[in-house]
Order: sequence, then structure tokens, then C-alpha cells
Amino acid sequence: MDLWNWIEYGAWGLSAAFGLHMALDWLKTDSTYSEDVLTSSREGELEAMAEEHKVKS
Amino acid sequence: MTDFDITSQTMDGIGPHGTKVGLLRVLGPAHVWALGVGIVLVGEYMGWNFAVGKGGAYAALIACWFAGILYSCVAMIDSEVTSTVASAGGQYTQAKHIIGPLMAFNVGLYLVFAYTMLEAANAITAGYLFSVVASMTGHEEALDQRPFIILVIMFLAWLNYRGVLATLTFNLVITAIAFLAIIVLFLSTTGVIGTGMMEHAALFEGHELPYGWIGVLAAMHFGLWFYLGIEGTTQAAEEVRSPARALPFGTLAGIMTLLIAATLTWYVCSGVLPWEFLGDGVNGSVAPLFDTARLSGSNALVWLLGFGTLFATLASANGCINDASRAWFAMGRDKYLPGWFGAVHPKYRTPYRAIVFLVPIALIFALGAPLDQVITFSILSGLLGYTFMPLNIILFRRKWPLETIKRGYEHPFHPVPAITLLTLCGVTFFAVFLGYGTQLVAMIGFYIVVSLWFHFWRYRFVNRGAQFTMPWPKPRGY
Repeated sequence: MDLWNWIEYGAWGLSAAFGLHMALDWLKTDSTYSEDVLTSSREGELEAMAEEHKVKS
Repeated sequence: MTDFDITSQTMDGIGPHGTKVGLLRVLGPAHVWALGVGIVLVGEYMGWNFAVGKGGAYAALIACWFAGILYSCVAMIDSEVTSTVASAGGQYTQAKHIIGPLMAFNVGLYLVFAYTMLEAANAITAGYLFSVVASMTGHEEALDQRPFIILVIMFLAWLNYRGVLATLTFNLVITAIAFLAIIVLFLSTTGVIGTGMMEHAALFEGHELPYGWIGVLAAMHFGLWFYLGIEGTTQAAEEVRSPARALPFGTLAGIMTLLIAATLTWYVCSGVLPWEFLGDGVNGSVAPLFDTARLSGSNALVWLLGFGTLFATLASANGCINDASRAWFAMGRDKYLPGWFGAVHPKYRTPYRAIVFLVPIALIFALGAPLDQVITFSILSGLLGYTFMPLNIILFRRKWPLETIKRGYEHPFHPVPAITLLTLCGVTFFAVFLGYGTQLVAMIGFYIVVSLWFHFWRYRFVNRGAQFTMPWPKPRGY
């Protein structure tokens, strides 16, 4: 076993940790907030249009 | 039809039109630059040199500049349209507003496939780079690349999950280092600093165009690598503080950066490496900039370009996760895909379900598919997206002339860039057909099948009224 073998194990471990963190946070978020809140996002607005846009016929 | 009133004055919460939790507007032009250039710069470090193999060094330069014209048109057209579309999804959202749902569905899929495949290709490359470093530092057995491939995807997905500001600030730093590494290599090897080592005349003699003009045409396929992905800047539209200013600024600064980086890359690599070696990206020069640094004899340059290669790879994968997830999220929000994907994390304000959903897909391709096939699928999806853009801008100008919607940027000489882009796309399709005809036909077949599925089944679920919430005037003639 040289250093690179340990680095390989470290990469497996870190990958699992990142994956686990996302999965746990995902479950926690989905169980804490209602679907209405989580999916309430709509298209954004553009400040240049909202402030300066003039509709011409 | 819509299940809520988009004109309601009482439902407006934190964001527009009843949004309770939306994406966060925290990005500036530098982040847009980092997103666009970050995705692309890996193409300077590796991949573009296949163009040399197709037609020689001069053919690669011609392809580099013609592809540069193609992408300058892409950047200008994108900058104009997206400066009026403050919404995630980029070209998908543009297609939805300007052309129609079927085009939007296809463009959304082009984007997701192009970026997810590119992310997988970058992860494979990062795994390979780790194995090279291991063998250079005395590791005798073959390194298992899988944990490094998985780590790259998991770490970057985690970063994207936790917030867009940290994600793209990280991209800004590593992209800037990778770009500066190319500048330093150019200055160090051309005689501006120290002794010059360029041998263009000797290396090119008798090999100007080894396969004639058909070689130049074939090289166009790989000329795209110098710039593939710059159009990804538009995915940041819902997260920049000022879309009308930051998106054109970041995108146009990005294409200028890439034109410089591409030309310098060609110059230093073709002046040091023989074209037969440079043009063989599998058994010859896998990473030409790194190989040029090794031939310079400077350890500092070897380390700098080594880190530059790794950083460019990570920046590209990072930007791809950002862009693919925004496109998937936007399609989910409009119910082009299940609405469940249209969720935003209430704390991190990211499209977290789209990010997590695309992780296993990227892993499957990164661990189970050959690199050249993955990249070809990415390029073809990108090329289909570029072919849509001329149609998009022509209809945009016709339906919403300049005086009806204020643009953050108006691109000059319309419709010359649109016609140029369409012509160059046609040339590139032919070039791709020469080398990858079967894949091209198979992929077009795939998009035809999913289009039929969308038309006959999925379209009934689309939020037909609620998907249009930007305050655009009615199009002319409607």
C-alpha cells in the first residue's frame, strides 16, 4: 500500500460523504416544506424592461 | 389551462407572480464570464488538436478562426435575446417564448444532453489526469480512476447544491488561473520572456495541408472544441443581479477571451510539436499545452500547465452541472417534464432536485461509455442548438422589433450574423457527417422519437398559460 492507494480510499470516502450529505438534506427539505412552497418559482423579471419598457402599438 | 392567475396582485410574495422560493440574484458579469469560459477552456487544453490530425496545422488554424466566427455569431445573437429573457433555461426559454413548445422541448433536451455528456467527459478526463500524476510520482500499479471520476462529479454537484455564488466564484478563480497559464506559456516559449523555442517554418515545411482542402473541412468538426459551451452563459439569467447588463457583458468578454486563448494555444503548440504527434490525441499528444510545457524544460511551467489542465477540466464540469440543472429545472417548472423537478431549495436557493437527479446520469455515462462517443453526442447536441439560433433571432426581430422591447444589447448587421451562423452550421454538419455519420443519423432519429412522444403525450401536461410570466408585449402580427 503506497500513498496513492490511501488517496483512492480517501476519494471513495469523500464521494460517499458528499452524496450522503445531499441525500439527507434533500429528504429533510422535502419533509419540512410543502410542495407548494418548493415549486412556487416562476420566471424572473427584467429590471430594464420593468422600469423602462414602453409598449408601442 | 393555468391553475392560477398570473395577473393576480395578491399572490405576489418574495418574487414575481407568487414565487415564495426562487433562485437567488447574486451573480455579476465576472461570474457569467467564468461560467462561459470555464465550460470551454478545457477544449484549449485538450481535444482541439484532433483538428490537426484531420488536416494539418494550417487546417486547424483555419478551423479555429471559422469556428471563432461561428461562435462570435452565437455570442452576439445570444447576448441580444438573453438580455431580454431574465429566466433560467437559456435557449430553452428563448425557444419557448419565440418559436413554440415543440422547439423549446427539443432545445431543452439538446442543452441537458450537451452539458451532461460534457460533464461526464470532463470527469473521465480528470480521472485520467490523476492517473498520470500518480505514475509521474512513482505509483507503479495502474491507478483505479473510478473513485476520482466519482469524486469530481459528487464534489461539484455538492458545490452546486449548496449555492450558486460559491459555485461560480470557485469557477472564476480556477478559470482565471487556467487562462493565465496559457498566457504565461505563450510569453515563456515565444521569446518574450527567456529564450524562444518556436519552429513553425521547420515543422510546417512540406506539411502545409497534408490532406488538401477536404482536410480543412474535416477539421471544422474539432474546431468547435475551442469554443463549445460559451452559449451556456445564458443559463445564469435568473441568478444575475442585472441580466440586461451582465449577460451581454459576460458573454461577449467570454468569446473575446476564447478567441485569444484559442489562437495562442494553436501558435505555441504547433510551433513546438510535430503535426503527426500533435494531431493524434489518443496515442500522441493527449494534452498539447501540457506537452509543450514539458518540452520547455521548465519545471515551473510543467506544474503551472498541469494545474491549468486540471482546473480547466474541473471548471468545465462545474459549469456543465450548473447549466444542465438550470435547463432541467426550467423544463420541470413549465411542466415540459414532471413539475417535481421545478423545486428550489428554500435555504440554498438552487434547483436542488434537478442537480441531484442528473448526478446518476452523469455517473452512468462517465463510468460506462467511451470518451469519444460521449463527446460526439455532446458536440452534436450543441450543434443542433446552434442551428436553432439563427431561426430564433430572425423570428425575435420580426415578432418583437427593436422599438417594442428594450434590449440590454443589440447585435449589429442583422441578419448577416444569423445567415453566417446558419451557413457555418451547415458546413460543420457536413464535416461531422464525414467522421461520425452514423452517430449523427442516430441522434437525429432519437430527437424525432422524443418529439413525437412530446407532441402526442407530454404536451397535455404543459402549463400552457402559466409558463409565460415575463412582461413581454404581444408579438407583432398576433
